[in-house]
Amino acid sequence: MSVNITMKVNGKSVTAAVAASTTLVEFIREHLRLTGTHVGCNTSQCGACTVHVNGRAVKSCNMLVAQAQGADVMTIEGLAAANGDMHPMQAAFKEHHGLQCGFCTPGMVMSACELKGKVTNPSDEEIRACLDGNICRCTGYQNIVTSVKAGLAAMS
Amino acid sequence: MKTDGIGARVTRKEDYRFLTGNGQYTDDIILPHQTYAAFVRSPHAHATINGINSTAAAAMPGVVAIFTGKDIEESKIGGLPCGWGITSKDGTPAIEPPHPILCIGKARYVGDHVAVVIAETPEQARAAADAMEVDYGILPAVVSTGTAASSKTAVHDQAPNNVCYTWGHGDEAGVKAAFEKAHHISTLDLINQRLAPNAMEPRAANAVYDRSSESYTLYVANQNPHVERLLMCAFVLGIPEHKLRVVAPDVGGGFGSKIFVYAEETVLVWASKRVNRPIKWTADRTEAFLSDAHGRDHVTKAQLAMDKDGKFLAFRVDTTAAMGAYLSTFSTAVPTILYGTLLAGQYTTPSIYVEVTAVFTNTSPVDAYRGAGRPEATYVVERMVEVAARDMKLDPAEIRRRNFIRTFPYATPVGLTYDVGDYDATLDGAIKLADVAGFAARKAASEARGMKRGIGYSSYIEACGLAPSNVAGALGARAGLFESGEVRVHPTGKVEVFTGSHSHGQGHETTFAQVVADKLGIPIEDVSISHGDTGKVLFGMGTYGSRSLAVGGSAIVKAVDKVIAKGKKIAAHLLEASDTDIEFVNGEFVVKGTDKKVPFASVSLTAYVPHNYPLDKLEPGLNENAFYDPTNFTYPAGTHICEVEVDPQTGKVEVCAFTAVDDFGNIINPMIVEGQVHGGVAQGLGQALLEDCIYDPESGQLLTASYMDYAMPRADDFPNFKVGNNVTACTHNPLGVKGCGEAGAIGSPPAFINAVTDAIGVKHIDMPATPERVWRAMQTAAHA
Repeated sequence: MSVNITMKVNGKSVTAAVAASTTLVEFIREHLRLTGTHVGCNTSQCGACTVHVNGRAVKSCNMLVAQAQGADVMTIEGLAAANGDMHPMQAAFKEHHGLQCGFCTPGMVMSACELKGKVTNPSDEEIRACLDGNICRCTGYQNIVTSVKAGLAAMS
Repeated sequence: MKTDGIGARVTRKEDYRFLTGNGQYTDDIILPHQTYAAFVRSPHAHATINGINSTAAAAMPGVVAIFTGKDIEESKIGGLPCGWGITSKDGTPAIEPPHPILCIGKARYVGDHVAVVIAETPEQARAAADAMEVDYGILPAVVSTGTAASSKTAVHDQAPNNVCYTWGHGDEAGVKAAFEKAHHISTLDLINQRLAPNAMEPRAANAVYDRSSESYTLYVANQNPHVERLLMCAFVLGIPEHKLRVVAPDVGGGFGSKIFVYAEETVLVWASKRVNRPIKWTADRTEAFLSDAHGRDHVTKAQLAMDKDGKFLAFRVDTTAAMGAYLSTFSTAVPTILYGTLLAGQYTTPSIYVEVTAVFTNTSPVDAYRGAGRPEATYVVERMVEVAARDMKLDPAEIRRRNFIRTFPYATPVGLTYDVGDYDATLDGAIKLADVAGFAARKAASEARGMKRGIGYSSYIEACGLAPSNVAGALGARAGLFESGEVRVHPTGKVEVFTGSHSHGQGHETTFAQVVADKLGIPIEDVSISHGDTGKVLFGMGTYGSRSLAVGGSAIVKAVDKVIAKGKKIAAHLLEASDTDIEFVNGEFVVKGTDKKVPFASVSLTAYVPHNYPLDKLEPGLNENAFYDPTNFTYPAGTHICEVEVDPQTGKVEVCAFTAVDDFGNIINPMIVEGQVHGGVAQGLGQALLEDCIYDPESGQLLTASYMDYAMPRADDFPNFKVGNNVTACTHNPLGVKGCGEAGAIGSPPAFINAVTDAIGVKHIDMPATPERVWRAMQTAAHA
């Protein structure tokens, strides 16, 4: 069965007819070819597929695209400025070596950005607790915590 | 010092593309006319394949082709090779059973590759794979490593008692004699549990055959594309090497698991010619758990003989190591060459003997995983030293000091020669950074809250910078272990470097550029690093064993030196001087003792516009290759100190503090090195605290095949780690570097377990120290 989808992705309207079983991440990667969003487990455990749906960080492997009908979706490709300048959170990850292989990074950055407005001047422990839905195998999380702290400060 | 050269904390060149979603991993690639593969995997640990009926599957929508072991058998291709030959102590070679790329006759582990279905979409391929009818004859499974050699079932007919080899190393008689005279013998039995590597990017491949050029291209998540090409061409498929291009684009972590030549990508290359279309496969996470080569899985008994002062006299280790169902690419070397040779640790123990029995089991193959043999060796040594310290009533730091090696070079009794080190410095540094002096007060504070607190040390050493090819060859390696580098100077003086090393998170595009920029006296922006493509890079042995900078970096330095040597000749011509009078300083060729000079970019331009040029003596152009083969291993070493708090009510262990003081030799980029240590420590603590790859002991089903069942370390499992370093420069490579990628994973597990056993007052507890296991150990101790 096919469903008609209309939504906004990174500020642009998209319309498509896709199989009803299509997940949001499949739609983003395979149909829109926005491959910055990654699939690490497909069971909502690792967070590599995290995108924003109506401003909320969502694991896009765990949501049918049909559930995002009419939504405003932002992927990692939509975060930087139009001229390519990085968002303060992206810049903080670079400055503080918050990434190594880069595979979990888009999901980690999208999760981190959502913390703005949820937490104020968080401690390292609070940031760690907030990031427990995103797995990173490379960094040991320490520089991610530093990056998120700096990124949140730069966003205010 | 240049602000972007050697020693500078330069942010990474590669980060922009990863942070903005512009990385290109294998699964991001879709080729024209793409098809997709799904593998039919054995649901049984051990079974005969009595028949396969693919009629229904073949009729499913979108199915392009189906291949089984019968097709592989008929095509007369080879099996997956093992890259390292080991000889048993009785002189017989290790048993190397056939490893077909699709099962022929039998399936030998859950996840073994029975057939492949190729279809127009991934969903169609998976649906058709589910519709394949396979008639299995279920056999008893050999699962447990410790009892495999006494099982009545054989995984392979060639190895009736499931023993692949029994390897002995060291002086067995000397150890026996020393034990007879010892004041005290400490003993320890331990298990180093099986782990799943879990790179966040699951393995993936995309193979395409181009009929017009009769050549193949394979995109694959891999750590060493040239090795992949060589083994696949020469040993399995018989494709001429120049007809297979292997591209390992952005790779999302490896940790060893992407070194090996796997069945999946080999099947894809083989099948791509038959279907004449590109074929892609990406593992889902459960497939990754089932079919990635696992790590560790040792069962060990150790004995340490000491004199009355706690001086080590002799060490004996007996280990049974799982190989899994087939020999993966470097499987045989891990529990032998990379394990037995490290059992001296940082100590002067004069006699050591190790015996390793490698066994086949009906489980996923076991191979190199971050540290590969060296974490297992360090775990045995550093746990044993802790037990010895307690037996001898010595402070754990003091017993280490009484046994440290202090003169270099030092030839150990297990075959390595340490070139340099200062183990007192890293131990003292760690004690200071960890504030060991304040531990008693912190312990008292914990106890006041009803908690137990413990501290644990680990003074590790590893052999990295793999490896001198002749030494490795004498030890059974079937490949060289050099590295290649090419420095291509463009006319304008901008530089492109091609390296056989591969970056899958390590930041080579930055570190290597720093080295080249520093040596050539040019800005780092003028240097770019290319890797991961056999179509671009001359040759390469790839990245593992903390070898990239020590071996790959050295090859690049050699090539840079050749560029400078040729540049001197060109500059001498331009400056009308003898090339022996030319110095290269800060990016300029200078006539010694004069102010006559010419900048690097003028020399490079002259090389490509050779109007005023010694064409009779010198070729135009400025492009140099180098191969570097190391003369010794490198020996990173250090001390890690872990402090834990245990809740006696629940057995839950909290890592309160973790300190690592390492000696990696000279450091090119401290930011990247610290990141490697953080990640390594988290992986080691992951093993010690959380991770366990568990097969059902009867059925051989993998019980931990998802992130719901396999406990991966998450952000809230650890505190911030304290990282320090002390430098003794490697004496035998041009950068004086040793490697830093594996140290964290090697040093941390014993430090953690030493801390936990200290906290709860037991001799030993196996990893992972789960609340249940710790609680049970406390109950047993309380009722003993």
